[in-house]
Amino acid sequence: MSRFLTIRFLTPWYYLAPTILFIFLLVLVPLITGVSYAFYDFDLISGTRDFVGFDQFSRLLQDDKIFSMSLINTLFWTAASLFFQFTFGLMLALILNKGFRGIRLIQPVLFVPWAVPSFLIGLMWVWMFNPVTGPLPYLFEGLGIMEKPENLLSDPDHAMWGPIIANIWFGIPFFAIMLLAARRTIPNEIYEAASIDGISGLDAFRHITLPLMAPTIIITLLVRAIWIANFAEIIIVMTNGGPANSTQIVATYIYDTAYQKMDFGYASVLSIALLFLLMIYGLTLGRIRRKMTTYV
Amino acid sequence: MKNGKYLIISAFLLFTLFPVFWMLKISLTPDRLLFSEGVVLWPSKITFDHYYAVLVEGNFPDYFLNSFIVSATTAIMVTIIASLAGYALSRFQFKGKIAIITMLLITQMFPIVMVIAPIYNVLTMINLVDSLAGLILVYTAFNLPFACFLMQTFFDGAPVELEEAAMIDGCTRLEALEKITLPLCLPGIGATLGFVFTAAWSELLFALMFINRQSQMTFPAGIMNFVTKFSVDWGQMAAAMILALIPVCIFFAYIQKFIVQGLTAGALKG
Repeated sequence: MSRFLTIRFLTPWYYLAPTILFIFLLVLVPLITGVSYAFYDFDLISGTRDFVGFDQFSRLLQDDKIFSMSLINTLFWTAASLFFQFTFGLMLALILNKGFRGIRLIQPVLFVPWAVPSFLIGLMWVWMFNPVTGPLPYLFEGLGIMEKPENLLSDPDHAMWGPIIANIWFGIPFFAIMLLAARRTIPNEIYEAASIDGISGLDAFRHITLPLMAPTIIITLLVRAIWIANFAEIIIVMTNGGPANSTQIVATYIYDTAYQKMDFGYASVLSIALLFLLMIYGLTLGRIRRKMTTYV
Repeated sequence: MKNGKYLIISAFLLFTLFPVFWMLKISLTPDRLLFSEGVVLWPSKITFDHYYAVLVEGNFPDYFLNSFIVSATTAIMVTIIASLAGYALSRFQFKGKIAIITMLLITQMFPIVMVIAPIYNVLTMINLVDSLAGLILVYTAFNLPFACFLMQTFFDGAPVELEEAAMIDGCTRLEALEKITLPLCLPGIGATLGFVFTAAWSELLFALMFINRQSQMTFPAGIMNFVTKFSVDWGQMAAAMILALIPVCIFFAYIQKFIVQGLTAGALKG
């Protein structure tokens, strides 16, 4: 009996052991080291570092205007990217699920943007937005969005839309794949049974498809939002945070502080601040997810 | 309604392919025409010089092979390890479960740029800097958390009853997982494979920082060779990018069988 109990007690940990080992060694230990940078002031010339405690945290709270600005930009960048990626991704997943002629050829092509390295995505869209090399300024002029064919990326009021459009292009396939797979795991029998009861179309979508896809929807929204908030490459390549910090998000600011100003200590403080905010978001969504999984 | 479907798919195709088409155009445009012709849909003359340079003169076949080895190995390793973890998270209630999930989530929240140096130190310790194996281990670790969540949600969706029935019939838990539950979760496995493969295929930062030898470079790092301090070789870069999309298309064409098939086997009937 006691043997049975230990096995029952230990079994989940056998399944989890490889994951924990990988994550502990290659993610968690480095992460803790990275966090510890926040308490040191790095001196590049002498190559030494001094322990300064919480000094660098007060700098963040007292007088960092770029941080508060980049925080608002992060919110806009994340919300807009996520909203369009998810909406279009769900739409695409549902159409792909229905199937159509030529789907075997078209489907892999639609997934391609997800496989393009992010700096190449940035470069590609820089070309597209530039009136000397790309078609988009003329398209915007033709649509009446712009008066003259100008570079969207050099307009401080709207520049953020440039990287957002590039990010939407990149992220639709992610949601499409995940949501398509989730939709595919719903057995057809459920829909058949429902249609006998006279439930179909939009009602079936609301009462069967959405609730059964909810766990996947929530986990993808949760993780994807965290990734987007941390996703600096496209912005660095396209605008480098400019013009006038109008596309500066916290992640690009961290990159700039660490690798341009070589201030790893303060970059770590900024990272911890971002981590803290993302944790609040994560805990909130995680709670919702737990409710939903126990419900389903 | 039927036409509407095709209209939407066409819109998606146009949005997806137009930037790719633009890169294709750049890759075929002779260098001297690149900026002189203005914005045109198709250059007055095309050339395959850039493709020749990438495929024959450069190291790109090597880079693609390295990328393929790294991405495929990472995808398979992550999918296996994450299936086990996702299964545990889905089927067992145990102390520490919330802690594990929280830990997995937190690993996703810290900017990669801040952990590069510490990871480099870990790799130095296990003597795997500057090797594909080291890169595979790092990619595996960083792709695991999301893959675990994903597999968990797919296992949550698969009925426990069939598995329990199999265990009553004498299967061990692992056998029941392998024979009953995994086949039901094929779409999820396909999606995980596809997700991890492409993530590894396109990763630049780690590849750039941890790999120095030309012979060990992956394609995104190799493509940075076209960006020198003073100029960018747009034509060759575009050609390399177009070429890099082909293996991915083939991979997805293969993977989609899993995603689409899913429950068609009818395991739940009766």
